[in-house]
Amino acid sequence: MADPFLSIQHVRKSFGATTVVEDFNLDVERGEFVSFLGPSGCGKTTVLRMVAGFEEPSAGKIVVGGKDITTLKPNQRNVGMVFQAYALFPNLTVAQNIGFGLKVAGMSKADIDARVAEMLGIIKLPQMADRYPYQLSGGQQQRIALARAIAPKPKLLLLDEPLSALDAKVRVSLREEIRSIQKKLGITTIFVTHDQEEALSISDRIAVMYGGKAEQVGTPFEIYNRPATKFVANFVGTLNVLEGTVTDAASGKVRVNSEEVLLKGKLNGSKSGDTLSLALRPEAISLGRQPGRDSSLSGEISEVHFLGSVIRVRVGIGGNTVSLDTFNSPATPPPAVGEKAEISFSSSDMLVLH
Amino acid sequence: MKAGRFWAWVVFALGAAYFFIPLIATVEFSMRMRRGVYSFDAYKVVLGDARFQATFGYSVLAAVFTIILGVLIVVPAAYWIRLRLPQLRPVVEFITLLPLVIPAIVIVFGYIRMYGSNSPLPFLATDTGTNALLVIGYATLALPYMYRAVDTGLRTIDVRTLTEAAQILGAGWGTIITRVILPNVLIAVLSGAFLTFAIVIGEFTMASLLNRPAFGPYLQNIGANRAYEPAALAIIAFAITWGCMSLIQILSRFAPKSANRPN
Repeated sequence: MADPFLSIQHVRKSFGATTVVEDFNLDVERGEFVSFLGPSGCGKTTVLRMVAGFEEPSAGKIVVGGKDITTLKPNQRNVGMVFQAYALFPNLTVAQNIGFGLKVAGMSKADIDARVAEMLGIIKLPQMADRYPYQLSGGQQQRIALARAIAPKPKLLLLDEPLSALDAKVRVSLREEIRSIQKKLGITTIFVTHDQEEALSISDRIAVMYGGKAEQVGTPFEIYNRPATKFVANFVGTLNVLEGTVTDAASGKVRVNSEEVLLKGKLNGSKSGDTLSLALRPEAISLGRQPGRDSSLSGEISEVHFLGSVIRVRVGIGGNTVSLDTFNSPATPPPAVGEKAEISFSSSDMLVLH
Repeated sequence: MKAGRFWAWVVFALGAAYFFIPLIATVEFSMRMRRGVYSFDAYKVVLGDARFQATFGYSVLAAVFTIILGVLIVVPAAYWIRLRLPQLRPVVEFITLLPLVIPAIVIVFGYIRMYGSNSPLPFLATDTGTNALLVIGYATLALPYMYRAVDTGLRTIDVRTLTEAAQILGAGWGTIITRVILPNVLIAVLSGAFLTFAIVIGEFTMASLLNRPAFGPYLQNIGANRAYEPAALAIIAFAITWGCMSLIQILSRFAPKSANRPN
């Protein structure tokens, strides 16, 4: 990346003896939508708050548009932020909330009114201008909070788990709306979430965080299909993990249970006799031998769950259990528990976790 | 009528009687100035007394300044403690309780020693200085009530998030306090202001020992020398107090609406 718009460089944050963010680095292009994804306490919100200016980094620097903003106060950064708890000013109407930043910036009343009307149009709530926050639903409040954040045309938009207080249906529609508005305005956005589906569905790139560090930064496709670490593989999506032993490192042979799988070029310096964790996504596994799948393992069906269009099957393979989904077919009854079964997959889909 | 409800009404009636009987008796007594008939003579005498007007006006003015001083000290202090120094809350709560523990007479003697005409800060050397010291003293006496009222108000809003939301939109501390925090705790501030007003209007010790022409010493003086006028004054003071409460109720209707007080 030649000229990142936002550059977080070697940022560290400690509270007393506890370090919550360690050597965090990230470059974000102008107009990019990047999500920080991770479990509670991984440091994602702390990094966001350092970008906003609410926390000062213990080390490192933050550069926006070529300007070092590390020590600037939040009100000097020209950054917009949407909070988890909406944070609308209860004493102000919707229009006054949206116009707050514009008024603080000293804009004329006519300009404020015009911008507020434009914002209300963008979030599709033009009739709500005179309402108070308490008269709105959670989803509406968060859309107003989004409009308030983008009204002053900030350089950067920060979203701190903006959807987590909303119910599932509203969450899905609002995340699509956020993404569509972000694309329309071309505003560089950082989105903090612990919900992998949210991050995968709307991000240009995702930084998966754990223990105060970015475990992996990549596109949703890369993060899901080529997880760089065991944590990323486990945290993002459902994963079947099998224990295997390298039998011939040179040719890439690994024994799983009593069968051998060929993993050419994936062993990354493992030696014969080493134990490995191998992972497969459920959608990469088929029940029975299928054409185009070069590897198979035998086991016994341990659980069958009929979910309507999909049948979830668990197959016991030695000490491991593999979960896979098959489509329901009216002509074929679901497999029975206790039946012998073979699963097949492409060895290229198998991940070796380090 | 269920037995529970019957006893509830009995308790209510007893409470109301405890409250209203002395009040009615005082009203009745205050109207007996003219022999044989009820009249408002005592009220006419009191309201027509130039000293009443002067002392009452003085105390109202002192109350207004005390409220302003109290709001200026307490709102930013309580806000800052909630926002940045929550670990100091127990200490500050203890300090704000001290005026309830230390009698006003001790405070005022302290003032006289500290701020006499020979001290480096000779507040008592001039009338203006003494008035200022009286207002400071009143603000101290009202501190426990004002602090608690404001702190309770702050508890009902998410101080930190609202502050951060305003900051990120470019607001400085002045804007945050005047346009975000204060409007959302206005009802609490008004409650504190009312309590302050009630304390200042009837306060005797400080005003008397600092030799200020306040309403408290006037009340005491009338009470010691007249028969019917003190009763009339008590009723007037009571009416003023209730008037203040009604005013706060009316003002609160025009106060900014908040998510915490939707109706």
